[in-house]
Amino acid sequence: MRGGRDTRLLLYLPLAAAAAAPFFLSDYFQHMAVQIAIWSLVYTAWALMGRFRLTSLGHGAFLGVGAYVPTLLWNNYGVTPWLGIPLAMALAIALALIVGYPSSRQKVVGHYFALVTLALGQVVLLVIVAMRDVTGGSLGMTPHTVGHSWYALQLPNKAEFYAVALVAWLAGLVAWRYVERGMIRLALESIAEDEDAAESAGVDVLREKLKITAVSSGLTALGGALYAQYLMYLSPDAMSGVGISLQIVFAAIAGGMYNMLGPTIGAAFTILLTEGLRVLFGTHFVGAANTIYGALLVIFIIFMPRGIVGLAERILARPRVPPAPAAPEPAE
Amino acid sequence: MLSVKGVSKSFDGFLAVNRVSFDVASGEILGLIGPNGSGKSTIFNLIAGTLRPSGGSIAFEGREIAGLPAHRICRMGLARTFQIPRPFRRLALRENVTLAAFYGGRDVGSRAEAEAHAVAALDLVGLPNDPHTMIDGLGAAQLKKLELARALATRPRLLLADESLGGLDHAEMERAADMLGRIRRDLGITIVWVEHIMGVLMRVVDRVIVLDHGETIFQGVPRDAANDARVAEVYLGRSH
Repeated sequence: MRGGRDTRLLLYLPLAAAAAAPFFLSDYFQHMAVQIAIWSLVYTAWALMGRFRLTSLGHGAFLGVGAYVPTLLWNNYGVTPWLGIPLAMALAIALALIVGYPSSRQKVVGHYFALVTLALGQVVLLVIVAMRDVTGGSLGMTPHTVGHSWYALQLPNKAEFYAVALVAWLAGLVAWRYVERGMIRLALESIAEDEDAAESAGVDVLREKLKITAVSSGLTALGGALYAQYLMYLSPDAMSGVGISLQIVFAAIAGGMYNMLGPTIGAAFTILLTEGLRVLFGTHFVGAANTIYGALLVIFIIFMPRGIVGLAERILARPRVPPAPAAPEPAE
Repeated sequence: MLSVKGVSKSFDGFLAVNRVSFDVASGEILGLIGPNGSGKSTIFNLIAGTLRPSGGSIAFEGREIAGLPAHRICRMGLARTFQIPRPFRRLALRENVTLAAFYGGRDVGSRAEAEAHAVAALDLVGLPNDPHTMIDGLGAAQLKKLELARALATRPRLLLADESLGGLDHAEMERAADMLGRIRRDLGITIVWVEHIMGVLMRVVDRVIVLDHGETIFQGVPRDAANDARVAEVYLGRSH
């Protein structure tokens, strides 16, 4: 976003091409593409908070609500996901605000905020497991299948589902852009640095925090809903809890949480890496793939806190800085 | 304009401010002085809403503001600066001020309007008003000007300026003192000025309040303060 129109085109054209390519590729690549699009949305949603030092380790909670609520409504009451998903998003937002309001009010920030959210993710997982009569507990559940149906949002044709996932992903990017260009970015940056000073400058810290929390949790629930509709199988461990919550954090950081496309790059990178390692190792060296994956993430977080996009920005910016011997700035 | 009555604040049993009362008249510059730890900054934090008073009442233009959140007090027209500048380093210089104009001002409907107020405030204090200058690279004097610009961009009727001169050289202090005088004269803003360097302050303020150990020990015109025995003992005596 720092570059001019030319660099922006240079970035967006290949991106648009990459986004369109899966329509012409095989089922296997479409399967990859759907997953990347859905997780890109989730990681983007997380980074909307993460970039402002609102480090949530509990976004699995919203993913879980998004996944289970529409399916439960469909299976038990025949409610279409087109209604169930907005309801799930509203419920996730409500849950986020119920936790976010007292946390912000009591100025729970930094590590303590992370711990509160960590607990939240786990609570949702435990609730799903405990309600095993309706959710199937740890064994998971499947939505009642009706074959191909837009009404039930059951699209065995991967290209169709990919189109849906792309729209959702774009919605995430639109939200990012809205924040990036709006006054809310200034407010949230100021809050991230110094809450008291932000308050004294007239920023309603509580209100602005809750706003971004609502957007982030709602979009995460949307991602969870699509993920469940796509897989047609829900399990507590895959949809919520600490594991998923941390996966969200790691991937968003690996991609770069300060850039609109960072979380998307993070999704593509982690999913392709997992898949590549799986193909490479197959059934030999069981656990090697996961070990390499884990080690890479540790390296990323320690040496590249701004992620892949941050590194790319640094490399791209380097040759352009020296050949600009501009006139010295006039003194104040 | 501002009426502070019997305001106290204790931190874990330590009484930082003990039943302090004073009034600020519209249009005046009131100096609030005292040695380090006398409670000046705490009183500022209580008035501006950064801290909640343990007791007493604070009325701004007739409305009780004690215990209100800081952003509401700011929006009512009461702005403050911090003793140690607290800029937002991840925002550009002008964004720092635009933020305050947008959120802290009243009747600011659009970002463009906020930018205009920000540019005016930056011009007034003598900082660059372009959108690109960043915070890193600004000197101590400029950061203090930024504090002032951020407060002024909210277009307050009352300005609480907290020890805005500490760390400046003599010429810079004189210029800053003149600036406060100009703000009162040209913008009609009432000012409460906290300072521990007495000399420069005495030249500009109409009235002065001297604090020691959280209590008021003197209220009056600067000339009398200089001759007051208790002031000389607790304040001037120590600095000589």
